[in-house]
Amino acid sequence: MALSPSIALAGSADAAGASSFWRDAWRRLRQNKLAVFGLGLLSVLGALCFASFLWPNLTGFNYGQQNLALGPVPPNRLHWLGTDPLGRDLLARLLYGGGISLTVGLCATAVSLTIGVIYGAIAGFAGGKLDMVMMRLVDILYALPFAIFVILLMVFFGQNFILLFLAIGAVEWLTMARIVRGQVLTVKQQEFIEAAHALGLREGRIIFRHIVPNLLGPIIVYATLTVPEVIILESFLSFLGLGVQPPHSSWGVLIKEGAEVMEEYPWLLIYPGAVMTLTLFSLNFLGDGLRDALDVRGSKD
Amino acid sequence: MLRFIARRFLEAIPVLFIIATATFFMMRLAPGGPFDAEKRVSPEVRARMEAHYGLDKPLFQQYLLQMKHLLQGDLGPSFKYPGHTVNEIIADSFPVSLELGMEALAVALVLGLAAGMVAALKQNSVWDHLPMGLAMTGICLPTFVLGPLLISAFALHLDWCNAAGWFFPRDRVLPALTLGAYYAAYIARLCRGGFLEVLHQDYIRTARAKGAGGARILFKHALRGGVLPVVSFLGPAVAGLLTGSFVVETIFGIPGLGRYFVTAAFNRDYFMVMGTVLFYACFVVALNLAADVVLVWLNPKLRFD
Repeated sequence: MALSPSIALAGSADAAGASSFWRDAWRRLRQNKLAVFGLGLLSVLGALCFASFLWPNLTGFNYGQQNLALGPVPPNRLHWLGTDPLGRDLLARLLYGGGISLTVGLCATAVSLTIGVIYGAIAGFAGGKLDMVMMRLVDILYALPFAIFVILLMVFFGQNFILLFLAIGAVEWLTMARIVRGQVLTVKQQEFIEAAHALGLREGRIIFRHIVPNLLGPIIVYATLTVPEVIILESFLSFLGLGVQPPHSSWGVLIKEGAEVMEEYPWLLIYPGAVMTLTLFSLNFLGDGLRDALDVRGSKD
Repeated sequence: MLRFIARRFLEAIPVLFIIATATFFMMRLAPGGPFDAEKRVSPEVRARMEAHYGLDKPLFQQYLLQMKHLLQGDLGPSFKYPGHTVNEIIADSFPVSLELGMEALAVALVLGLAAGMVAALKQNSVWDHLPMGLAMTGICLPTFVLGPLLISAFALHLDWCNAAGWFFPRDRVLPALTLGAYYAAYIARLCRGGFLEVLHQDYIRTARAKGAGGARILFKHALRGGVLPVVSFLGPAVAGLLTGSFVVETIFGIPGLGRYFVTAAFNRDYFMVMGTVLFYACFVVALNLAADVVLVWLNPKLRFD
């Protein structure tokens, strides 16, 4: 194949094979210290959180196990991050809650990714009237207050954990749809697509072999940047009492509980706040690094 | 230009209509009703209350009736605050949110634009990394973490201002900072990106070659192009800022509009939900239009499309 999609994307003439673009991108990503830091931190934290999700007694304490006689104690050798007013181990709750927050983040992003990519790709490919109507609809949805929208959805669905990320995903797909549509429109008009048409390739082959690979960069970058937004939205819902229900924990739940008693027991706000902020930091750094590495421009308007 | 504005106005009508319709049916399809949360009332009392508010009519008839009232600018009564109309509640609480929003916007613009411009001018130096690190922190620190932290530091430990309340000018400082921080951070990043893009253009090099000074290049030549990304962000952002924030108003005990967005949905206060959603939607539509007008004015390339 004379016209590899990687040429158009990477904009470099030395792309020898289909995989070299990704190898280049990986090399560029590794040079970005902040992105590597983010990736490392996320891997460690993610592994710990999911491990405690599977084995809730990982830290020696269960996230729901109360010890009313003990009450709130500051961090010590037994309870590394201290305990809350019900005597529950903060580290256990933090890791378990992280598992829930990250799961919601990933699942909701997957939902928004699926809807947004399909919707945007259809609009971009179809063009004309259909495109106009579909994008108008997106504009209308943009004008809705998202918080109310999610709250109405949660009220409607009941406070169900599985439906939590479906509801979030259902409101987070708009920007993804816009990005994918824009990218499809740009790629569709480029010379190498015209050349593929001229060579007599079938429509399906053109779409999957030549257009889709050119969409991957922006999609990956934007998906990475959607995860932190979803985590914030989930914690906001939990803050309102609409998200994760007790005795389960999530970062939003812990921060809410911590903020209520921050004067007496500051560690209950500081550690969850710090861990969540660090996670969001890492995701954003990784997203920025990927944007540079994959040479995506204007993916976030 | 006038035709462009007129066309966008006409386009806004079906948008608002669809939003009102969707809100109406979504709310009514949700289980539970406005009189469920109160202490148990007898069926007769309940029926009288529903008849009083017209909730006993067929759903579609209620829909037509509400649309008629909305067209007349009548948002209806509130269930949760009997004796008050939604118009009155919004008229009472919106000025508070508006004031807080303006102050937060000022914080966001001053901090964000200054940080973004400095970072772009001194790219890859300490003056780039420090403001951008702070901006990233601002984006990653949720409002409900930042608010309590600021209260703890400035109100409880340093005792510079009150922890909550909305009475004296100094009560405005912490809420405005809390609300504005995220926007300042976002604006800083967009502004840096916009200016970096512009500062590498040929016409800036030309201006520099002609001997224009740094400040003149920045404000006379680069400013217009550099703030373009910020302007398109500001449309929806300002709508969110001015209509109030639930979290900030709850944390600081501010009697603004933001609380009603959330409590209305919880209470199934049907007319209140409709009123606040439409109020917000009008703001978004109007400010998006304003942002587009400013964009066209700033960017001559768009003027001929």
